[in-house]
Amino acid sequence: MDDAQLTGSEIVLKVLVDQGVDVIFGYPGGAVLPIYDALYQQDAIRHILVRQEGGAVHAAEGYARSTGRVGVVLVTSGPGATNTVTGLTDALMDSIPVVCLTGQVPTHLIGNDAFQEADTTGITRPCTKHNYLVKSVDDLARVLHEAFYVASSGRPGPVVVDLPKDILQAEAVYTTSRQTRHKTYRPKLKAEPDQIEEAVRLIAGAKRPIFYTGGGVINSGPRASRLLTRLVRMTGFPCTNTLMGLGGFPGSDPRFIGMLGMHGTYEANLAMYNCDLMIAVGARFDDRVTGKISEFSPGSKKIQIDIDPTSINKNVMVDLPIIGDVGIVLRQIIKRWEEGQCRADEKALGKWWKQIRAWQGRDCLSYEMSDTIIKPQFALQRLYEHTKKRDVYITTEVGQHQMWAAQFFKLEKPKRFMTSGGLGTMGYGLPAAIGVQIAHPDALVIDIAGEASILMNIQEMSTACQYRLPVKIFILNNQYMGMIRQWQDLLYDGRYSESYSASLPDFVKLAESFSAVGLRAEKPDEVDGVISEMLATDRPVIVDVVVDQMENCFPMIPSGAAHNEMLLGPDDKTKTPVSEEGMVLV
Amino acid sequence: MEEEVNKHTISVLVDNETGVLARVIGLFSGRGYNIESLTVAEVDKRNSVSRITVVTSGTPMIIEQIKAQLSRLVPVHIVSDHTEEGPHVERELALIKVACSGEKRVESLRIADIFRARVVDSTNRSFVFEITGATEKLEAVIKLMTPLGLIEVSRTGVVAIARGDQSIASGNKSI
Repeated sequence: MDDAQLTGSEIVLKVLVDQGVDVIFGYPGGAVLPIYDALYQQDAIRHILVRQEGGAVHAAEGYARSTGRVGVVLVTSGPGATNTVTGLTDALMDSIPVVCLTGQVPTHLIGNDAFQEADTTGITRPCTKHNYLVKSVDDLARVLHEAFYVASSGRPGPVVVDLPKDILQAEAVYTTSRQTRHKTYRPKLKAEPDQIEEAVRLIAGAKRPIFYTGGGVINSGPRASRLLTRLVRMTGFPCTNTLMGLGGFPGSDPRFIGMLGMHGTYEANLAMYNCDLMIAVGARFDDRVTGKISEFSPGSKKIQIDIDPTSINKNVMVDLPIIGDVGIVLRQIIKRWEEGQCRADEKALGKWWKQIRAWQGRDCLSYEMSDTIIKPQFALQRLYEHTKKRDVYITTEVGQHQMWAAQFFKLEKPKRFMTSGGLGTMGYGLPAAIGVQIAHPDALVIDIAGEASILMNIQEMSTACQYRLPVKIFILNNQYMGMIRQWQDLLYDGRYSESYSASLPDFVKLAESFSAVGLRAEKPDEVDGVISEMLATDRPVIVDVVVDQMENCFPMIPSGAAHNEMLLGPDDKTKTPVSEEGMVLV
Repeated sequence: MEEEVNKHTISVLVDNETGVLARVIGLFSGRGYNIESLTVAEVDKRNSVSRITVVTSGTPMIIEQIKAQLSRLVPVHIVSDHTEEGPHVERELALIKVACSGEKRVESLRIADIFRARVVDSTNRSFVFEITGATEKLEAVIKLMTPLGLIEVSRTGVVAIARGDQSIASGNKSI
């Protein structure tokens, strides 16, 4: 045992090293100068300098989501801390483990409206899983270790540790993280035997079943994905994924029927509506998934497996709630299924699949091709064809391009699709791609973007270039905030209030000004060429794909409508006018 | 499928750390839950544990959410719903200031006597009564004292404890 006195800053770095952290994303400032000074004098931890603190959190999210490890952020007090609020909320909504260290004015100045003071713990309390203000250097190591435990166990989430400057300069003896059991926070991981028994009974008796799986499968780790795949194949049931769950089940498997929800496939949504057994695995019945709640899958029994008790019976009442870690519970179910030599009802399943195949026959993702204008779906389809043989990591911004990416990219593995699902944060994709590329230096990382979203964190191009991160930014440029325009089309008689992207930069020149590579495609026959060139370039690339301005994203369940009231294309527009009740929903 | 809204009295044992009360209150305001009464004090100095008693109302689904949300907070040890878990005692304390003279003064003392309120302060022109009991009893006294010159009320909010020989701490938080 080493009884040497360390400064607070040295303790911070020692905790990071002990927690296996080798990279952090941050931006310096007055209150955290002691930590930056300590960083300067060591080699164990690499610091990635972002260009705005918001970018640091998204980069940490991309890092965390693509590795399963905790993403770490270091920012200063005041504006440094307040700039992290969006990213923290994003990580909370999507259950991403992030530890965010914020500087704070010295303890004797707290409450004095000191320079760059903000009530960081007060501001971040509702947008973190937990947060701490360290008031004594003797607590520092324990609190930091605890922060990593809280961020990564149970349902993961962001944790803020606020560090007053005098604490960073004071000295204390370092304590290791021996306390394995937290005083109060102990998530329940395993299901009760009678719950497993009942789940297996329901699965064996189902006639029109569906697996509806979400981000919990991915957060639980690669084993959960393997177990889910095994269970789906053993039973022969269809499987649909939420936006956050994409890649949790192989997209090319014939049992995969696409994403569900507002822009999900016709077959997935109709299967949800008509099923008699729904097995929700690590999914939380978000309003983008359920549509009109009173008409959500009216005739089904519902099993829900989730580690977070608050996800159970929040929006939809389920018949068999199972609180536990998805991976562990799936293993319990498989074990019981095999022991009992259970069989699914194959005759009924055959009929069910026939029905699903008929729905698939509608080819709901089809679109009208054009020889003169690039259709955004076409561009993404080509991108997918060019990259599907590689282990590609996709990040997205938020909007139409995000939904098309989710529809057209068949993801084979978990942790390959990083998107802002719950919060819908425009500007997420580029910094997230930076985080992914840092974690996987040799991988192909593509940010599928829109021209409006990308401008929200475009400053991070500078970060990508500084660290020579060959991220690819694939902009579907329709000169509109496409999803806003689409809603204005459908709900506001085409009054495009403020949704036009005016005064856009020349993205090719913009890329060049950052010393990145800029490419542009304006005609359908140029698409393959720019994609090839992009993939052949070992530097950051911005590809400006000039696409059809008026293309809308279908299928779509209008807000306030049920799964069986989907719009399949532009001609469907007037079929189901949106109810007044639906108009107030977002 | 509108469900019935019921009042629930919930005890929450928490680590007495900075911001824990704000965390609990913020949960209620942020998610749009009601707080009808809230009481908090440290109950175990050695382990630095505080007990929060909150009276809230909602449909069964909302009440389940509230309890799950409370249990999920990191510094929370135990959440106990007295209304659901069986027989319990609820008490509230009020200090009631009545300014009056003459016959009203006598009448206020008579009412205090009926409800077993104690006089804890007296001047020639006023009394302060201390009264303990269930919320309904306090409401009754306040109603009767109002026409007699009630000028101020201070109430603690509800505290509650389960009847019988079991401790709240024998249940374990599992989330």
